[in-house]
Amino acid sequence: MNLRMPLIAIGAVAALAAPAALAHRMWMIASSTSVSGTDNWVTVDAAVSNDLFFFDHQPIRVAPTVLQPDGTEGTVENHAVGKFRATFDVHLTQQGTYRIGVVNRGVFGSYQLNGERKMIPRGTTVDKLASVIPAGATDVQTAESVSRNEIYVTQGAPTTTVFKPTGKGIELVPVTHPNDLVVGEPATFQFLLDGKPAPDLFVTVIPGGIRYRDALKQQDLKTGADGKVSINWPDPGLYWVNVTPTRPREEGAGGPGMGAPGAGGPQGAGRPAGPPQRRVSYVTTVEVLAP
Amino acid sequence: MQIRLTGFTATAFGAGALAAGPAAAQTLDLTVTIPKLSVAEYHRPYVAMWLEKEGVAPRTIQIWYDVDKKGGEGTKWLRDVRQWWRTSGRSLSFPADGVSGATRAPGPQKLRLVGGRAGMPTLSPGNYTLIVEAAREVGGRELVRLPFAWNGNSATAAGKGSTELGGVSLTLKR
Repeated sequence: MNLRMPLIAIGAVAALAAPAALAHRMWMIASSTSVSGTDNWVTVDAAVSNDLFFFDHQPIRVAPTVLQPDGTEGTVENHAVGKFRATFDVHLTQQGTYRIGVVNRGVFGSYQLNGERKMIPRGTTVDKLASVIPAGATDVQTAESVSRNEIYVTQGAPTTTVFKPTGKGIELVPVTHPNDLVVGEPATFQFLLDGKPAPDLFVTVIPGGIRYRDALKQQDLKTGADGKVSINWPDPGLYWVNVTPTRPREEGAGGPGMGAPGAGGPQGAGRPAGPPQRRVSYVTTVEVLAP
Repeated sequence: MQIRLTGFTATAFGAGALAAGPAAAQTLDLTVTIPKLSVAEYHRPYVAMWLEKEGVAPRTIQIWYDVDKKGGEGTKWLRDVRQWWRTSGRSLSFPADGVSGATRAPGPQKLRLVGGRAGMPTLSPGNYTLIVEAAREVGGRELVRLPFAWNGNSATAAGKGSTELGGVSLTLKR
């Protein structure tokens, strides 16, 4: 009995640390992804929900960041976190492609203290790790989590400076630019894991508007040896693209901390006991236009 | 980055398509009919015209928009002339000399462009397509494609839209 406890508890924390990888989908959408002129604003909605892209569950509370075409950091304005969604504005004053993102870098795990297994608090960052583990703790088991949620907006012609990899977690490198997507032209994206092309990543593509149709229309793809994946866009509209190293859990298959048989993440039930595994994920929303 | 331009590589139109002498001035006569529409809220459409030739970057020859709005605000909706914006428009700066113009009223709109002047290149012989795209605020969007073969002497082409454009025709002469 005592032996099983830690495993279940670790699972619970992992779920809390990266909710997007589990039952709900994390997303951001911009009011426009491609704009003309020299001085525009875009508004972004940021939420977590099942139905794409309907905000009916939770907002994304983390403050987003903006990277401008010239590589400098931009400003997030009017950030407001509501009941179901967060919203904020970005002032576009440069020509080229902006990256708007939320990157969660945290650490999760547990330790043994006075004969009890204790969880590291949710939301702990690497630099704060030492302060949350009390003196006398033993058998400390931790792993890092890097979840990246990024969207791209282009004023004028698309540019690629914002895709310079940081080498942390999963990142997108455009072969096809994500602001240059049109029905009838397959797009190719390359995904890096810690800066290197990552084969065998699971790429899930789902068109928006789920509420008004019966079929999910999900595409389950995998990156090739060079980390590249080719995606077909059957219709114009917004598409949610989610990338994970492990098979994503089916929607609704168990709540937080419950392993989904046959589809569990690293902490799913039935996995061999061991230290918690690092979790990485990437998600973006792209807009596909009619030709 | 790879921008897909329906098979066109990014050579400048002028370089690949320029003919020899300025003596052989080409004139391109265009008629673009903007339909009179019976709608509650009417705004004149934004209209883009550009030339395509295999192996050459597309070349914008006209863009009609709210060119006189203060602060360049008229450029905000250029992206709604969607195919033009992706193919050629987004690489221009506005107003574009000899290319930008005001929106026009319903009816047949005639214009004459002279090769080698303003935005109009001098064309070397070959197969071209003139594309006319119209996008209207609170309305629709339509494209008419006019393929023509230029032999150095004369060429004509005509087409017709059904919603946002009426008859469109061209005559190219040397």
